[in-house]
Amino acid sequence: MTAASAATPFDGAAPDLAALAVGDVVAERTVALTRDSLVRYAGASGDFNPIHYRDDVAASVGLPGVLAHGMLTMGIAVQPVVDWVGDPARVADYQVRFTRPVVVDPADGAELTIVAKVGQVDAEAGTARIDLTVSAAGATVLGKAQVQVRLA
Amino acid sequence: MGRQFAPTEPYLVGREKVREFARAVFATSPIHFDPEAARAAGHADVVAPPTFPVVVQEHTLAQLLAEPDAGIDFSRVVHGDQRFSYSRAVVAGDELTATLAVTSVKTLGGNAMVTAESTMTDASGDHVVTAISTLVVRGDDA
Repeated sequence: MTAASAATPFDGAAPDLAALAVGDVVAERTVALTRDSLVRYAGASGDFNPIHYRDDVAASVGLPGVLAHGMLTMGIAVQPVVDWVGDPARVADYQVRFTRPVVVDPADGAELTIVAKVGQVDAEAGTARIDLTVSAAGATVLGKAQVQVRLA
Repeated sequence: MGRQFAPTEPYLVGREKVREFARAVFATSPIHFDPEAARAAGHADVVAPPTFPVVVQEHTLAQLLAEPDAGIDFSRVVHGDQRFSYSRAVVAGDELTATLAVTSVKTLGGNAMVTAESTMTDASGDHVVTAISTLVVRGDDA
């Protein structure tokens, strides 16, 4: 058995639903993205749209620079919740709206900040809705980013 | 409208593909990487990250974009929103078949908003996950 990291030892246990209150911050994380991250995600996902790795193509379609795949941002944003909830299979529903592109500088990359808060608790159903605030360069990049988790 | 496409060829979820995708989305849970940890949590093999079904969904969206009647120019397509609703998590060894349906087409200020729903079932025909995308197709002037 391996530990996820020194900061969050892995035990796989579900958080206690009864202890959750709306507004509680359950997880926070900052992720540094580089162009390498985009190339790696392109290969893993099969999304080879060149706006995610070629400056000339991004510029030719009027973009401010090479962008992170929206699905990469979505995929990263749920990770703090996956670790908090203990088992990825406890995610029952996950949705986001792509509201602002994440520009990834060739030298400096981009920094994604994720804050996960309790949005709703349904004790009867044993579920909670976790709302994500995801930002880059000081602006939120996802809207209505919500994760439904099964805790009981 | 409400148009349903033919199911895709079954997609076999490989353990290394799950690990590769998990690394690409900065996942750290050992349930994505270590079959022992996954089994200890009650899964048959490593569990795919929540957004992994997009890999299978890509095959269905390719059907839509290849459709000459749809007249969708890929370079004008922007991803508007995305949702996954799971009956259960995707696990290595799953054989997923996806069926695409276009559930809504709306026009808004010269742009078209196309909602595409990909329903994925396993080898027994049981529902695993539905992936819903809204694609915004920018009009000529947009």
